[in-house]
Amino acid sequence: MKRKARSAGMGGMAGDKRRLRPLIRSAGVRFALAYALVFGVSAFILAFSIWYSTLGLLQHQVEAEVRADEFGLLEHESMGGLGALTVAIANRMADAANVNAIYLLVDPTGRPMIGNLDSWPRGLTGLREWYELPVQRQGVASVALMRATLFPDGSRLLVGRDVQARSELRLILRDALIWAFGIMVALGAFGALLIRSLFRRIIQDVAETTRAISRGELSRRVPVSGVGDEFDELAVVINDMLERLGRLMDGVRQVSNAIAHDLRTPVARARTRLEDAALHAHTPETMSAAIERAISDLDGITGIFEALLRISEIEAGSRRAAFAAVDLAPMLHDMDELYAAVAEERGLKLDTSISGPLPVIGDRQLVQQAVANLLDNALKFSPINGVIRFQAQRHEQVVEIVVADRGPGIPEKERARATERFYRGEAARHTQGSGLGLSLVAAVAQLHGGTLYLGDNQVPDEPNTGLRAVLVLPANVPPLKFVAASLPRRS
Amino acid sequence: MRILVVEDDKDVASFVVKGLKEAGHAVEHTDNGRDGLFMAASENFDAIILDRMLPGGIDGLRLLETLRAQDNVTPVLFLSALGQVDDRVKGLKAGGDDYLTKPFAFAELLARVEALTRRGKSDGPTTRLAVGDLEMDLLSRSVRRGAQKIELQPREFRLLEYLMRHAGQVVTRTMLLEGVWDYHFDPQTNVIDVHISRLRQKIDKPFDQPLLHTVRNAGYMLRVEEP
Repeated sequence: MKRKARSAGMGGMAGDKRRLRPLIRSAGVRFALAYALVFGVSAFILAFSIWYSTLGLLQHQVEAEVRADEFGLLEHESMGGLGALTVAIANRMADAANVNAIYLLVDPTGRPMIGNLDSWPRGLTGLREWYELPVQRQGVASVALMRATLFPDGSRLLVGRDVQARSELRLILRDALIWAFGIMVALGAFGALLIRSLFRRIIQDVAETTRAISRGELSRRVPVSGVGDEFDELAVVINDMLERLGRLMDGVRQVSNAIAHDLRTPVARARTRLEDAALHAHTPETMSAAIERAISDLDGITGIFEALLRISEIEAGSRRAAFAAVDLAPMLHDMDELYAAVAEERGLKLDTSISGPLPVIGDRQLVQQAVANLLDNALKFSPINGVIRFQAQRHEQVVEIVVADRGPGIPEKERARATERFYRGEAARHTQGSGLGLSLVAAVAQLHGGTLYLGDNQVPDEPNTGLRAVLVLPANVPPLKFVAASLPRRS
Repeated sequence: MRILVVEDDKDVASFVVKGLKEAGHAVEHTDNGRDGLFMAASENFDAIILDRMLPGGIDGLRLLETLRAQDNVTPVLFLSALGQVDDRVKGLKAGGDDYLTKPFAFAELLARVEALTRRGKSDGPTTRLAVGDLEMDLLSRSVRRGAQKIELQPREFRLLEYLMRHAGQVVTRTMLLEGVWDYHFDPQTNVIDVHISRLRQKIDKPFDQPLLHTVRNAGYMLRVEEP
């Protein structure tokens, strides 16, 4: 089908079709057409209603006049008979104000007795009904609106008004409407073109930016006009997206660099051990000891990979499908119990205060791992006899988990980078670790719509400030009506 | 024990088969899903070690689902390079009893397989556990060794219960983390060692014969030492 259309397009007539189709496909043209249609239809309705109500009003006025006229004449007839009626009609016809008035009184045989019509109009047969018919007034053709009355003796009276002038008004109005329609079409087309070019200009900014980005100019952004309209909003949203994509790309680049660098060290170590053993181990014991150490080095590398995968899995957001409403308090109590023993073993003190319940919507295991990483860090960096504060409480809309140690802390300028993968601060450079712990905590926080704050742990009379890590997660607060419903019961 | 290993990687398979044989088990091995399903369905095994990704049209998940659809309840341990949480959940949902990610330590695999087969056997509700003169009453939640009553914290009680249920078997640190603390990752800190040494203080220190042993490069084992 497609091929056929294309080959037909080579011919003359179909050439237009080919040009037209992309035109209709353009969203700008579609918007413009829709605009023109809406404009045209509304203008037409407006004009038509003016036309209709003007003519309707005139018609009403004429009918009321005729009715009053007829009523007066009938009164004359009932008081003074046909004679009085004839006099009244003659009087009225003589009045110059009644140029448009039409009267005709005929006797039972249909012969005119008095009036300004040459003959009884053909087609006027009913009584007390409105007719609009062509009539002859002293030989001049005209149009009249009229109605007839029958008297008991068989004579008939016709009262009406000449509406030739009104018919002319109708024609004038019609012509005006046709003109107006033409102007409407022109205005609509002009408006449509305007909208289309406006639309194009706005789209063009976005299109140019994305084109530039796909060419590799990753720093390009959509210009924001500053007017604050919908298109500005769109531009801001797109720019935010680009910003985030840029950060992710940087992250990927940085991680692949880091993997190359940071895994080189343990791989080199394992390799050296094995080679050294192969060359210099003279006893089976030293040989197997070297192999064991190399295995544990390799296990360390596997651990790094696992942590990396875990973080990227979390950042991808797929774990959100497993989110459930959980109370973190029991889990944190368990962790306190698990870590308090370790702290004691190392001559440290874990100062815990957990006030539950701590309801959140999330992945219990991930929060557990995040808190475990914070506690692992605190244990690792705490000096002997140090106190590690482990607190968890709910503040209205958030659940706050704090792990604060008296270790060397993280200097302010390093904090922003501390959650980057493989980043190791000055103080941590010579300790064991992969530099992935805080990255995971930050990823978990972000997945839950929370934040990880790193700050100083200020303690009076202490030289070391230490690190205060605060994991803030949004609390799972029940809807307000439930709170309200449970209030009276509580009181 | 009779164990079926379905694994297509030659090196991993031969390493696993050799290790299991050394540990005293009878091992059958196949390298594809079709044969694996046939053997698992037609013969009796105490446990199956199953790779997730297999050649031959039937992967590990399909194999297990087919097997479970036939009401075959042989314990199955997945051995897979797919280590994400979702993969693990999928494996367990398909009817797997345990999930171990490659690379792995053989001691971990052995301990887990042996734990699986033990779990298959004792299904009835137990109210008392005993290892040597160490006794645990699960109803009154009390522990005594010989004539002496031992006071344990709730978590120590659960730790000991886990060890006693797997008495005579190697229990690895990861198994304890998962089984007792519901941790599904390895913390950087040696938390398990600390808690084991505390438990040891209570159940072994005051007595002549130690029951809780450390197995080098593997984990711990609760058993009565042969004299």
